[in-house]
Amino acid sequence: MSALAEAPAAPRRGLPGSWALSVRAFRCWLVMYRRTWRSSVWSSVFGPLFYLGAMGYGLGSLVDKNGTAALGGVPYVVFVAPAVLGVLAMNSGLTNAMFPVFSGIHWSKIYLAARATMLRPADIYRGHLLFIGLRIAMNSACFVLVMAAFGLIRSWWAVLLLPAATLLGVAFATPSAAWAVTLENQTPMNYVFRFGGVPLMLFSGTFFPVTQLPGWLRPLAYATPLWHGVALCRGLSLGDTDVSAAVIHVAYLTAMAAIGLWFGARTYRRRLYV
Amino acid sequence: MDGIDFDLIRGEAFGFLGPNGAGKSSTMRMLGCVSPPTQGELIILGGDPVRDGAAIRARLGVVPQEDTLDGELSVRENLLVYGRYFGLPRKLISERTDQLLDFVQLTERAGDQVDPLSGGMKRRLTIARSLINDPDILILDEPTTGLDPQARHVVWDRLFRLKQRGVTLVLTTHYMDEAEQLCDRLVVMDSGKFVAEGTPRELIAQYSTAEVLELRFAPGLMEDAVQKVKDLSPERMEVTADRLLLYAADGDEFLARVHQAGLEPLTELVRRSTLEDVFLHLTGRTLID
Repeated sequence: MSALAEAPAAPRRGLPGSWALSVRAFRCWLVMYRRTWRSSVWSSVFGPLFYLGAMGYGLGSLVDKNGTAALGGVPYVVFVAPAVLGVLAMNSGLTNAMFPVFSGIHWSKIYLAARATMLRPADIYRGHLLFIGLRIAMNSACFVLVMAAFGLIRSWWAVLLLPAATLLGVAFATPSAAWAVTLENQTPMNYVFRFGGVPLMLFSGTFFPVTQLPGWLRPLAYATPLWHGVALCRGLSLGDTDVSAAVIHVAYLTAMAAIGLWFGARTYRRRLYV
Repeated sequence: MDGIDFDLIRGEAFGFLGPNGAGKSSTMRMLGCVSPPTQGELIILGGDPVRDGAAIRARLGVVPQEDTLDGELSVRENLLVYGRYFGLPRKLISERTDQLLDFVQLTERAGDQVDPLSGGMKRRLTIARSLINDPDILILDEPTTGLDPQARHVVWDRLFRLKQRGVTLVLTTHYMDEAEQLCDRLVVMDSGKFVAEGTPRELIAQYSTAEVLELRFAPGLMEDAVQKVKDLSPERMEVTADRLLLYAADGDEFLARVHQAGLEPLTELVRRSTLEDVFLHLTGRTLID
C-alpha cells in the first residue's frame, strides 16, 4: 500500500543528526521546566540541607567528642558533607530518571507526543537524559555552594566536585530511565528507592567509613556505585585524592552510565516503536 | 494486519471504519511511522517508513486517539514545544500559532493552562498542534470520540475546511455520520482485514438496499413478529433490542405486506439506507444475509 506515493521522495539530506535532535528534545524539556521548577526546589535543595544540618552538626557534635581519627582527623560534618552530596546526586538521578520517564508514557504522555514528530526513540531518550543531567548538576551545584559557604571544603580539588557528583547521578540515571520506560505500573519504582536507594545510602561509606563494617560486608560496599561516587567526592573535598583510585572511581561510574545508555537506546526503541 | 491494500490520493479524505479492535489504530500507527509494518510494502510520501521514518514524520500531522497535550503548559506553549520538536524557528512557530489558534477558535485561551480546558477544546488544540509543521498528510485517530454533539460539529467543520485547502486527511472512526460527512473514500475493517472499500455512496449501493423499514413492537410480541416477518422473506433483517430493521428496495411496499400479514407495529418508519446499515451488515451479526 502507499500513501501519496507520487509525492517527491522525503528529503533525507535535510534531516539533522541524532545529536541535534537530542538537543532539540532537551530544549523542549527546558520550556516545560520553566513551569515546574519552583516545586522541585524544595525537595532537591532543602532536603539535603536538612540532612547536612542534622547529621553533620547534630550527630557530628557527638561524634567529634569521641575523636575523629577514624574519619581522617577532620570534623564529622566535613567528613559527611561530600557523602551527602553523593547521596543527593544519586537521588536526583533516580527520581528524575524514573517517575518522569514513566510519566512520559503513562501520565503526561510527553514521549508519545514527541515520537509522532521527527524525534526517534533514541533522540527522546538522550534529550531527556541531557535534561536529567542538568537537574542533577543544578542540585549538586546548590549543595556544593552551601558546603563552600559553611567552610566544609578543604581543598582546591573541590572545583571538580560538581562534575564528579553529576557523573555519579548520571550513572544512576541512564540505567534507571532505560528500565523505567519499560514499566507498566509504578510500584517497582518505589521498591528501587526502598530496597536500593536507602541501603546504598546507609552502607556505602556515607555516614561512617566502610572500615567500620564487618569484614565480610566490606567487599559488597566497595562494589557499589555509590561508594565509588562518595569516595571520589570525599577525596576531592578533603584533598586527599589518590589519583589512581580516583581514576578507578571515574571509570566505574562512566562504564555504568555507558552501559545504561546502550541499554536505554534499545528499551526506548522497543517501547516507542511497536 | 492482513491483506490491506490501498493508495491514498492527494487532497482526499480517506476513512477507516471498523469496530473496536478491528486494527484501525495499528494501521494509523504504521502510517504515522511509529510502528514497523509487519509485512508487505508501505510507501509514505515516497519514502520507506522504516528507513526514512523521521523524514516522513516531519511531513505528517498526527491527532492521536488519546490526548498527548502537556496539561501543565499553556495553550501557546504546547504549540511552541511541538514546533520545536520539528526544529521550526520560534518566529515561524509564533506566526503559525496565531493563525492556527484562530483557525480552531482558541485565540482567547492562548495564555491559559491546558488542563482545565474542555474535551472539545483540547481536541481542537491537538488538531492545531498537529498542523504546526504544515503537514502534507493529517492522520486522525477517532477525532471526535468522547466529544459532545456541538464540539463534534466544530471539529468536523474545521476538518472540512482543511480538506478544502488541499490537506490530505486520513481518519479512523466508528461514527457513521462522521464518515459520511468527511470521507471521500473509505474502507471498512474487521479483524485486521479490509471487508469493503469505496465511496460512501458506492458502499451503500453495494452492501445495503435503497431503503430500510424500522418497526417497533410491544414488549412480548417481538418474537412472534420476528417469525412472521421472516416468512415474508425480506432481503435482510436485523433484530435489535427493541426494533426490527428490514432491508428492502421499496420500504413502503414491504410495510404494506407486513400489514397484510396481520402485524401491527407500535411505530413504523421508512428511511433511506445509511453507512450504519452497511457497517452493521459487514461487521455486525445478521440473521438473514
